[in-house]
Amino acid sequence: MSNIPSDYRYTKTHEWVRDDGDGVVAVGITDHAQELLGDLVFVELPEVGAELAAGDECAVVESVKAASDVYCPVSGEVVEINEALVDAPETINTDPYDAGWMFKLKLLDEGEVENLMDAEAYAEHCESEEH
Amino acid sequence: MGADRKTVLNAVHREMGARMVPFGGWDMPVHYGSQIEEHHAVRQDAGMFDVCHMTVVDLRGERVREFLTHLLANDVAKLKTPGKALYSCMLNPEGGVIDDLIVYYMADEWFRMVVNAATTEKDVAWITEQARPYGVQVEPRFDLGMIAVQGPNAREKALPLLPSGLREAAAELKPFHAATDGHWFVGRTGYTGEDGFEIVLPESETEALWRALADAGVRPCGLGARDTLRLEAGMNLYGQDMDEQTSPLAAGLGWTVAMADERDFIGRSALEAQQAAGDIPRFVGVLLEGRGVLRGHQKIYDGDREVGEITSGGFSPTLERSIGMARVAADAGERLDVDIRGKRLPLKRVKLPFVRNGQACIEL
Repeated sequence: MSNIPSDYRYTKTHEWVRDDGDGVVAVGITDHAQELLGDLVFVELPEVGAELAAGDECAVVESVKAASDVYCPVSGEVVEINEALVDAPETINTDPYDAGWMFKLKLLDEGEVENLMDAEAYAEHCESEEH
Repeated sequence: MGADRKTVLNAVHREMGARMVPFGGWDMPVHYGSQIEEHHAVRQDAGMFDVCHMTVVDLRGERVREFLTHLLANDVAKLKTPGKALYSCMLNPEGGVIDDLIVYYMADEWFRMVVNAATTEKDVAWITEQARPYGVQVEPRFDLGMIAVQGPNAREKALPLLPSGLREAAAELKPFHAATDGHWFVGRTGYTGEDGFEIVLPESETEALWRALADAGVRPCGLGARDTLRLEAGMNLYGQDMDEQTSPLAAGLGWTVAMADERDFIGRSALEAQQAAGDIPRFVGVLLEGRGVLRGHQKIYDGDREVGEITSGGFSPTLERSIGMARVAADAGERLDVDIRGKRLPLKRVKLPFVRNGQACIEL
């Protein structure tokens, strides 16, 4: 069973959102997602300043196996990207919830985060996809 | 999911931590944790692959050599000593590739083939139909398992685990030769660009050999590493680099088509017509300059003109760059671009293979 921090929020497409305070959230992909993808070798991040809507294709992660789109979990403006991933995409494999964060968003509507799944609901969602 | 067939090693893969995926109708391990580490194990030490899903086909009859002379695009006349192996395409009359395979000359009235998993059914049907006028018996051996052991230390680690009657002969095998004893069969062949063995054995003994190899320090490797290894080695994958609509001459397999004499093999007249017409697309190696990953079906451009596509692409763990094989127009230039998600990135054309015997063969 993969790791699912209890204080994060989750999407059905396996992104996570962490509240960093002041209306800013960090976004990444879950442990379950990195496990399914296998060794990551390439990451394409959004540009700082980009205005994203929930559901937008906003980044790409590629493993040795395949490319996979990352969907923006909530609406907002990109205020920071994790440039370290460009040279070390495997960080997402080893530390998906911390050093493997992908970008930070200034939220348009803080209420949107509340609509995402909590850890328990996400665990159930992963379980149901396995079968 | 439940419809996928399982090899005799299925439960062992799960026990050893494999992530399983559907592949050509089979439930197969894609990796056991890290595809990249498995890849390096084969380049630097020894790894093993479950290839039980591939099919051994035995061909027997007085006229079996004559039959294969007609069936295959490569010429079995090259097989002069028992145990010698030959890589060949099997073509349809239109010159398309039904499958690529290895054929072994076992005895005057017995040849053995190893064919791809996903194509087994159509292969056996085609071979059986073609064999009828020659009175050759075609027997797919679903009672046999197969394990590929590959890497610079693969032979040394595998040899002590072979039956005593086969050990000495296996130790002396030259590349692309095989030895057999009872139901065991060992070929010094593979699909990784490294030294090693492909071991065919009774299905009932396959699990014991897999476990003994693991105990001897041979790393279990999944289909993921198998794909990056064969790509680095510049080896074609059926269904991706060529298929029934592709000529071997447009898939980098011209070297396997023996047309020097007048031998009448299936597909020959179609290939001759292609040669007469000219303009056969080139099959080339490409290196992505810059960041990203090449994948099959990405379009290739020479300036504004679309000139072909990537047939196989991926990340090379040895070179730490993205590499691919591509089919491009005969008149495509040296400077090419690939379209990755709407962006044009430059490609460098390179000579295949990318990696052989642990060493890079191209300049980065």
